[in-house]
Amino acid sequence: MIEPIVVGAFYVAAIVALFSTVMVVVNTHPVHALLYLVLSLLSVAMVFFTLGAPFAGVLEVIVYAGAILVLFVFVVMMLNLGKQTVDQERSWLKASGWIGPAVLAAVLLAELVLVLVVTPQNGFTPISGQTVDAKAVGVALYGPYLLAVELASTLLLAGLVAAYHLGRHQES
Amino acid sequence: MIEQIYSLLPPVVWDILWAMVKAVIILLGLVISAAWMIWLERRLLGLWQDRYGPNRVGLWGLGQVIADMLKIFFKEDWMPPFVDKFTFTLAPAIAMSMMLLPFCLIPITPNWGVASADLGLLFFFATAGLAVYAVMLGGWSSNSKYSLLGGLRSTAQTISYEVFMGISLMGIVVQTGTFNLREIVLWQQEHVWLIFPQFFAFLTWALAGVAVTHRTPFDLPEAESELAAGYHTEYSGMKFGMFFVGEYVGIVMVSGLTTALFFGGWEAPFGDYLPFLNTVPFLWFAIKSLFFMSSFILLRAALPRPRYDHMMSAAWKVCLPMSLLNLIGTAAVVLWLGA
Repeated sequence: MIEPIVVGAFYVAAIVALFSTVMVVVNTHPVHALLYLVLSLLSVAMVFFTLGAPFAGVLEVIVYAGAILVLFVFVVMMLNLGKQTVDQERSWLKASGWIGPAVLAAVLLAELVLVLVVTPQNGFTPISGQTVDAKAVGVALYGPYLLAVELASTLLLAGLVAAYHLGRHQES
Repeated sequence: MIEQIYSLLPPVVWDILWAMVKAVIILLGLVISAAWMIWLERRLLGLWQDRYGPNRVGLWGLGQVIADMLKIFFKEDWMPPFVDKFTFTLAPAIAMSMMLLPFCLIPITPNWGVASADLGLLFFFATAGLAVYAVMLGGWSSNSKYSLLGGLRSTAQTISYEVFMGISLMGIVVQTGTFNLREIVLWQQEHVWLIFPQFFAFLTWALAGVAVTHRTPFDLPEAESELAAGYHTEYSGMKFGMFFVGEYVGIVMVSGLTTALFFGGWEAPFGDYLPFLNTVPFLWFAIKSLFFMSSFILLRAALPRPRYDHMMSAAWKVCLPMSLLNLIGTAAVVLWLGA
């Protein structure tokens, strides 16, 4: 009884994700475009939930929608972009600019649809029927992928040191 | 008669219907207690400042909330011409809904509570993260300098305080081994209330809880002495009402979370020795939550507002290291005991 609902939720979330991502590109208002990006990330999180990866989904909301995009909106808010930027954006959205990416994205979309439609009988259903919870993610991260975790933390530390260096007070 | 009605629908449907009715009752209880918190706050502030507070409408002034609500509902929904209309309307809705949503995780009594999600605490962090957008978009879309400054302050404040709010609660997760709030409460019944082993986590969590609800002394986004009314300067009518009630819903939600996370939820104190106390679980949940709700008000009555940079450095230089040390210490103890 629950499976058709989950499948339906997957397709609805996927359509919302597609629509909002397109709107990020074509919207000429910077803050509205960023809000569509937030919506796009939320719908991708929903896709994760329907695929049986709730931990990844909720991290997507916490990290991307709740922290990184907040900083994006924060910066755009401070820039105080007005009517001028909207006009500039509009002039940039010429057909010559968007036809190439749109065709390439359409190819990817066609592939995705093909994979979703054609292969269910081969066992590659979009919902694996297996839930990867927080504990499974943790066991994987601190087991086979320990080196990747260490490398990522070193990278973040380097970023932190660089940010500290850029942000410190200059001694005049 | 009842049997006949019951047999009309399969039992699964009845279960779903009953769960929905419960959820609606909990939602109504939450909103109503948030609304009457406005009255409670004004009365308690009056008491502590040696004056009466609202005591005219109805018994002890309890009708004041109804009168205020009627007034705000019939006020003109005025939108200044210079605002960004879509985000201006969206912001109060986010403010209210993101404060209402986490309450669905809180286990109220052994068999009452909306959801028992396995990723409970993470869901709370997600909604707390999204709640920032309310103040941010409200401040930006108002297109006025006080609102924008309020929005910027609030964003920086919330981001800083969310960092150690998350880390402070991770100690609980390490100790209990679950994100599920109901299981955390059950763990506390078997072992000990988490306020004792997680005292430092409780200290940082209490600060962060006040900060995420934008209450005094952390109400710098709406500091009236500097910023008019901060991010909701341009709001009026029911849109302002949503921000206003949303703040009180946040207080009730944070109090409920504190009760569930640190004070054993519905469990009675000394329930092991006096078992008859455990017969009224809801009463204990309500008493504990009411205690924390009142301490929010006492905090407002007692403490002045800190300077903005003091508040930010307290977050990064005191609270963050404290919660990190608490997490490492908890993990070490759990490993040492071989859980």
